[in-house]
Amino acid sequence: MNLKTEAFTDSNKAMSSYLSPLVREIPSSGIRKFFDLVGGNKDIITLGVGEPDFTTPWHMREACVYSLERGFTSYTSNAGTPELREAISEYLNEQFDVRYDPKNEIIVTVGGSEAIDLALRALIVPGDEILVPEPCYISYSPITSIGGGIPVGIETFAKDEFKLTAEALEAKITPKSKVLILCYPSNPTGATMTYEDWLPIAEIVEKHDLIVISDEIYAELNYGDKHVSFASVPGMMDRTILVSGFSKAFAMTGWRIGYTCGHPDLIAAMLKIHQYTVMCAPSMGQVAALEGLRNGMGEKDRMVEAYNQRRRLMVEGFRDIGLECHEPRGAFYVFPSIQSTGLSSDEFAQRLLAEAKVAAVPGNVFGLGGEGYLRCSYATSVTQLTEALDRIGHFVEKVKKEG
Amino acid sequence: MTELNELKLKVLELLKEDARRTPTLLATLLGVDEQDVRTSIKELEDQHVIVKYAAVVNWDKVDDEKVTALIEVQITPERGRGFEGIAERIYLYPQVKSVYLMSGAYDLLVEVEGRNLREVANFVSEKLSPIDSVLSTKTNFTLKKYKQDGIIFENHEEDNRLMISP
Repeated sequence: MNLKTEAFTDSNKAMSSYLSPLVREIPSSGIRKFFDLVGGNKDIITLGVGEPDFTTPWHMREACVYSLERGFTSYTSNAGTPELREAISEYLNEQFDVRYDPKNEIIVTVGGSEAIDLALRALIVPGDEILVPEPCYISYSPITSIGGGIPVGIETFAKDEFKLTAEALEAKITPKSKVLILCYPSNPTGATMTYEDWLPIAEIVEKHDLIVISDEIYAELNYGDKHVSFASVPGMMDRTILVSGFSKAFAMTGWRIGYTCGHPDLIAAMLKIHQYTVMCAPSMGQVAALEGLRNGMGEKDRMVEAYNQRRRLMVEGFRDIGLECHEPRGAFYVFPSIQSTGLSSDEFAQRLLAEAKVAAVPGNVFGLGGEGYLRCSYATSVTQLTEALDRIGHFVEKVKKEG
Repeated sequence: MTELNELKLKVLELLKEDARRTPTLLATLLGVDEQDVRTSIKELEDQHVIVKYAAVVNWDKVDDEKVTALIEVQITPERGRGFEGIAERIYLYPQVKSVYLMSGAYDLLVEVEGRNLREVANFVSEKLSPIDSVLSTKTNFTLKKYKQDGIIFENHEEDNRLMISP
């Protein structure tokens, strides 16, 4: 123990009392707790990984290495290199029919996570209510709370394919409602929204004057109709802060390169926070991302095709086991119901880990509507998935016999 | 040349990755009827598009030494038959593993496998070089195989992902 710590201890004042209540009161992540249970046991087949099992394509890594050899190691402009912003602008226009000016409507961020944080910090006035369809990615509510906002969950259901409905959204709106966070394709449910699904949501957004943060990090991982960006819905462009990145589509999780696009006034506000906190996204990562957009579409398609094949294997596998499983149309997760076993999500996941050596994430950690489900990532090999399904099948049979 | 439909091409790709995949698994992965997969495979086999199901072996891992040589062969083509007849004379030897007709500085690239250097050298001097049409040979011994058929033998890219992540 160093002197500084002793001095604090002597004063009989708990160190945690120095913390901001906003941070102190955030519960620790359920996913983190489960991670501690799993540890580093290599005998376990894990379906718990929320990232691609592919390595970043070699030509992108090589472009980064070459840039380092040339000494490209400085800060870039705060918003990101002009070339990358230009390429992002073209890509979004071509793929999703949304137009952003690379000069003042795009920021390259440290992953999509930073972009969401920037957007919420730029928007939240303490006491604002932030609407979040759940089950959802685990970070939205905590980041909202840290910013002084109040997260308001909107439960979605398997019978609706976990899509957000206009009725459910409107039912949660109060005079304090300010922001709606969307994440489609969804982590953890794999739900997607069509153009027709978006129209009534857009009406409510307009009627109640909401701003939308649309996390579209899984946009490329879409196996049904082509992904429809919420920003492309008529009237929604100026109300939407689009968040995306390279982690999922280009297998670049560790590089932390994301981006956010929106109205110049909103982007200018977010850029202030970005420049005073991280300055700019890593320069070498921006080089790799640019290479991906310019020359990586073929490999991206190859990876998406592989995910699609595994998705079919998982859905059919869970149904054969006798667990209800809605068909996910995006991302790389299946979200089967384990309610027929009579176990809670936590019990099921913990026993599956202990008795069948398969790690999957209990659905309750993703918020409202997650209890009774299990998140299983299929970002792993067909051989591993086949073995995992076999083990889960035997486990479920055993549990049902007990019951 | 056989024109393949999309299903057959996908079946070929998946079997190239792992030839042990069953028609049931292939049908699930591709989201098609199992009978269609079985029919496709049968047709591909009948048409000799799928010639054989084989394992890719890294012999360096096995205590059964083999020597492989890639031999560049210059030949005089035969009137009326071109390179076909001479290629056949060469590829029928059991120690010849592959034969390619090449553009460039030589005509045939012949892959020969033997138990040791002498066995390969004997094949070249006693069988290959004496063939009338063979003008010259240049033998290149393989020292180490890093990649074959798209498979990297010593892949250092381990899966270092966390067991659970958001």
